[in-house]
Amino acid sequence: MSDKPIHANLFTWPADNPSLLGGLCGHCGEVSFPAQSSCRHCSGTGSSVIELGDRGTLWTWTVQNFLPKPPYVTDQTTATFEPYGVGYVEMPAGVRIESRLLTSDPEKLHIGMPMRLVIERFSRNDQGGHNLSFAFDCLEVS
Amino acid sequence: MDVAIVGIGLHPFGRTPSMSGLQQGAAATRAALADAGVDWSDIECGYGGSQDGGNADAIVNEMGLSGLQFTHIFNGCATGGSSLHAAYTAVKSGEYRNALVLGFDKHAPGAFNASPADWGIDDWYGEIGLMLTTQYFGMKIQRYMHDHNISEKALVAVAEKAFHNGSINPTAWRRQALSSEDIMASTMISHPLRKYMFCSPAEGAVALILCSAAEAKRYTTQPIFLNATAVRTRHYGSFEVFSPSQPIKQADSPTVIASQAAYQQAGIGPADIDIAQLQDTESGAEIIHMAENGFCEHGEQEQWLRDGHTQIGGKFPVNTDGGCLANGEPVGASGLRQVHEICVQLRQQGGARQVPGNPKTGYTHVYGAPGISGVTILSR
Ligand SMILES: [Zn+2]
Repeated sequence: MSDKPIHANLFTWPADNPSLLGGLCGHCGEVSFPAQSSCRHCSGTGSSVIELGDRGTLWTWTVQNFLPKPPYVTDQTTATFEPYGVGYVEMPAGVRIESRLLTSDPEKLHIGMPMRLVIERFSRNDQGGHNLSFAFDCLEVS
Repeated sequence: MDVAIVGIGLHPFGRTPSMSGLQQGAAATRAALADAGVDWSDIECGYGGSQDGGNADAIVNEMGLSGLQFTHIFNGCATGGSSLHAAYTAVKSGEYRNALVLGFDKHAPGAFNASPADWGIDDWYGEIGLMLTTQYFGMKIQRYMHDHNISEKALVAVAEKAFHNGSINPTAWRRQALSSEDIMASTMISHPLRKYMFCSPAEGAVALILCSAAEAKRYTTQPIFLNATAVRTRHYGSFEVFSPSQPIKQADSPTVIASQAAYQQAGIGPADIDIAQLQDTESGAEIIHMAENGFCEHGEQEQWLRDGHTQIGGKFPVNTDGGCLANGEPVGASGLRQVHEICVQLRQQGGARQVPGNPKTGYTHVYGAPGISGVTILSR
């Protein structure tokens, strides 16, 4: 497989039902993303990696309307750039995650709406595949 | 020992291609010395900083190698506030009779290009396109507008006021007034914030001369007293820029903490303040900061802006010089510009932008990356 996560340990991969990965502090119980060995809340060390799941609600959002400068990794140009959404998604595990959003239409984004995790091929890599990022999409409620 | 500002100097903000950042700093220093009627060789110590304009202590190469104690300070967006605080404590302690505070900068055009490693974040954060301050400001005000029922009209009103004030300030960068239609027609940068709702990196310099209040009359007939200076950093749970995640439980912002510390030092409250300079990196920031500094309740800003309370003729003028929106943001100088403007207003030297009614007290507030805030309270 030439599609590769942009960074290890952000989400379970490969997986049929991927989940975000976070850190749970053994001292104070705070949840972090990405997982880090020392705690930003209590400065304790010794956290364990936990699955944060794949569902959340949109806490806030914006739309990236221009092509970011490096270090953004993209094969798009100013002419081919497609805006992408950015938001914080509140996870039931007890943390808000900043993420790309598949939806960039401001009419379709609402604070409080349910969201689901997707793994997005957000750019091409140099091995003929894609760079994979975690992202969220609006959850279709049937 | 109380501390007074007895000299102020400013090199115009915007773009000065013929001068380095340091040379702009020297121009501001010479203006402040002339204003205080003091020679460079009489200055006992100095504190100053710049992000992209070089080392502030190199000012001696421009001003003269007088042997003064000079400390270069860099503290992100609070560089000016931190320099002022250091000078304030140096004079207050009685160790020095006077002090220079200097801030200058010269940034390349375009948005700041931040590197994740400098902020303790892994590269992936920038690689997937999240390392942009504009996104943070958009998301912060989006949530704030949702929580406190603030409309897009309020964002437009702040920008319209800024460019109006800039148009009557001879040292502002953006001197063209803009209508609400112009602002609404400008490009959407990061929802809900449009191009004319954001400030840009720029150039400029400000210098202040401080001395003990007891000696102030030797320098000037119009001393401005520094009743408080406070600089504070973020707590866990404050929503700050470049945060891959944040906890559910939110904490008070560094602005709230710095503000409360300053009121306590000065022994007065927000109702005692006549005019303010509030950080307006973008329109939404000014709105949030009106409430975070205690001047109105969260949500009241909509009414305040509709009624023009923060305009020059209003009941509580904010950013009378056009703020960051009309002056740009040379990081090292920006916080000191705010103090300079309050001094101008309290001395009744504002010309076309002078606040009526003889204001007696003023307030300045900077806020910025990585979650730092500086507040001063001034009076005449
Ligand atoms: Zn902990």
